[in-house]
Amino acid sequence: MKKILSILLAAVIITLSFAACNRNDNGITVIRYLNFKPEIAPAYEKIADAYEKETGVRVIIDTAANNTYEQTLTAKMATAEAPTLFQINGPKGYANWKDYCADLTDSELYKHLTDKALAIKSDGKVYGIPYVVEGYGIIYNSEITDKYFTLPEKATEIDSMDEIDSFEKLKAVVEDMQKNKEKLGIDGVFASTSLKTGEDWRWQTHLANIPLYYEFKSKNTDLTSDATKTIDFTFSKNYRNIFDLYINNSTVSPKQLGTKIVEDSMAEFALGKCAMVQNGNWAWEQINGIEGNKVKSQNIKYLPIYTGVEGEEKQGLCIGTENYICVNSKADEKEQQAAKDFIYWMYSSDAGKKYVTEDLGFIAPFDTFDDSEKPDDPLAQEIIRWMEKDEITTIDWNFTIFPSQNFKEDFGSALLQYAQGTKDWNYVEKTVVDKWKSESEAAQ
Amino acid sequence: MQKTLKKYLPIFVLPTGVAFAISFLIPFVMGLYLSFTKFTTVTNTEWVGFSNYIRAFTADDNFVNALKFTVKFTIVSIITINVFAFILALLLTKSMKGTNLFRTVFFMPNLIGGIVLGYIWNLLINGVLAYFSVDITYDAKYGFWGLVILMNWQLIGYMMVIYIAGLQNIPNDLKEAAAIDGATNRQTLFKITIPMVMPSVTICTFLTLTNSFKLFDQNLALTAGAPAKETQMLALDIFNTFYGRTGWQGVGQAKAVIFFILVALIAFIQLRLTGRREVET
Repeated sequence: MKKILSILLAAVIITLSFAACNRNDNGITVIRYLNFKPEIAPAYEKIADAYEKETGVRVIIDTAANNTYEQTLTAKMATAEAPTLFQINGPKGYANWKDYCADLTDSELYKHLTDKALAIKSDGKVYGIPYVVEGYGIIYNSEITDKYFTLPEKATEIDSMDEIDSFEKLKAVVEDMQKNKEKLGIDGVFASTSLKTGEDWRWQTHLANIPLYYEFKSKNTDLTSDATKTIDFTFSKNYRNIFDLYINNSTVSPKQLGTKIVEDSMAEFALGKCAMVQNGNWAWEQINGIEGNKVKSQNIKYLPIYTGVEGEEKQGLCIGTENYICVNSKADEKEQQAAKDFIYWMYSSDAGKKYVTEDLGFIAPFDTFDDSEKPDDPLAQEIIRWMEKDEITTIDWNFTIFPSQNFKEDFGSALLQYAQGTKDWNYVEKTVVDKWKSESEAAQ
Repeated sequence: MQKTLKKYLPIFVLPTGVAFAISFLIPFVMGLYLSFTKFTTVTNTEWVGFSNYIRAFTADDNFVNALKFTVKFTIVSIITINVFAFILALLLTKSMKGTNLFRTVFFMPNLIGGIVLGYIWNLLINGVLAYFSVDITYDAKYGFWGLVILMNWQLIGYMMVIYIAGLQNIPNDLKEAAAIDGATNRQTLFKITIPMVMPSVTICTFLTLTNSFKLFDQNLALTAGAPAKETQMLALDIFNTFYGRTGWQGVGQAKAVIFFILVALIAFIQLRLTGRREVET
């Protein structure tokens, strides 16, 4: 009896292991996509199903958990189930993954890219195509700001948010609002400045983009050259302007920012505890998803991040991308083609485009999309409104050339120490300039 | 019988041998190899010799600082954990009511995962520090003592159980003989109890030493190195090196190899030192 049982068990194990090996060997082309954004994984599953029904090509969606894309990609690339489609975050990401990026110069999708300058190129060939455009600025709740403008105690001359077009005016309004916070029913004007390690990207990356954008612009720096290996942080004062405004007119004391995370800030905004928060249009899901959300979607508006730079009246939001799709050059030729077909289908067919705008909520940078095919969440709408304004210059995303993650982390911890009062601003300035240089040199 | 066993030895060893090779030997050798290369993935490598090892020390002070912090932390936590665990074990082997309940209660923190513990203590410590309107990232001292408290809280229960087992193995006649000879409590403790539990001390110091040295989850969840990497321990520094810069995976790997050698060396020395003091019964 025992013998029969063990033989049976062995047989079961053997068949199971064979079954596992043979799963994909029935002639169907399978492509794998390693998705960057966990929050939209279900939408991708839907798209993959629809695509399989239409073409018979199976798309397997793998998703990397929050902030672990590089780790997951590193691990998966070495396996037999390596992703056919993956994404890189800009020139720095390309440097790391160049052995795996296939040439996309002749791909259909690239031909439809509205702004060809956005793509990742090397030696005249295209290796990464941006598939979504995002923007960030100061998100504000117009219900609270409108309430402020009707306050009898109001001490400023400004009567509407549309009048704010410089740091000076922003500062006047914010500081006056902070004084009247009880009457406005808020804990502070700005949501807490999350400075916990790993949660500080809104400051060491996004906010830092603004002074560096102006620095590169004023020096006419060629962003693809070695001239970016050192910086002077000339607009350091401007960074400090806005950073001080954030931390001194906030819901919490500047000394308690070291444990705050992005979600805390977004929750404060969603629950009406503050009037403003700096973030990008991807935050809509977070605002919308918070339980007890008090902010009405028609009241969510964008304001550019003014820092006191000359001529900033014409400044717009920071719009760009750090999501570039790449095809794995080490995958089978047939799979590479299937992958290119899949992304082209997603961004050009009616069914695909519908998923992109409605389920993924992407502002897609391709000419296959017409004006009616835009996402309808309030933040994306605001981004489009600001992009379409005449005489407004949007700020590019130059942070994709920041030397390394280490640089950003050191910058972030210097900011935290400055906020806590243990280090002065000179220290932050020195950290930025020195670390930029040493990290640029360390890159191989 | 012996002969047949010998004949079939390779076959019997094969399954375990394969499992051992796949899950231990191959990754270990690969890890060693990777520390001498520049790599993106484990299948895409380029030999660079010792430059990763040189970079680990010369590029910045992070590795050396992390090493100093780790050593300091390890010394403090070995002493505190073992002293407290031993005192608790002494108390809980006295005949009093509810010892089983207390043993369970003290052991429980050990069952919770490090990340969760880190977050819980992060909240607790920040809750207290909030009265002084600062938080744990304000000063490296807070992070250091936070880690020590956390580590104590987690490991005392476990070490206590080992000490209790050791204490219960001491034959009563030894203590009785001591009592008849007129030994004081103090003398009994230092001349009889402690020498008799030396095997437990060896195990406990080994466990606390390696656990403290290799600490990662708790470090990540409690401070993540803040402020300015001052509370970053070795394991966290290795992790950050690996992902912190483009093309630096090899350096992270080299640091990991150095880390392995350090842990092995220290653990070996410690085992020899404490092992020598054990007495036979």
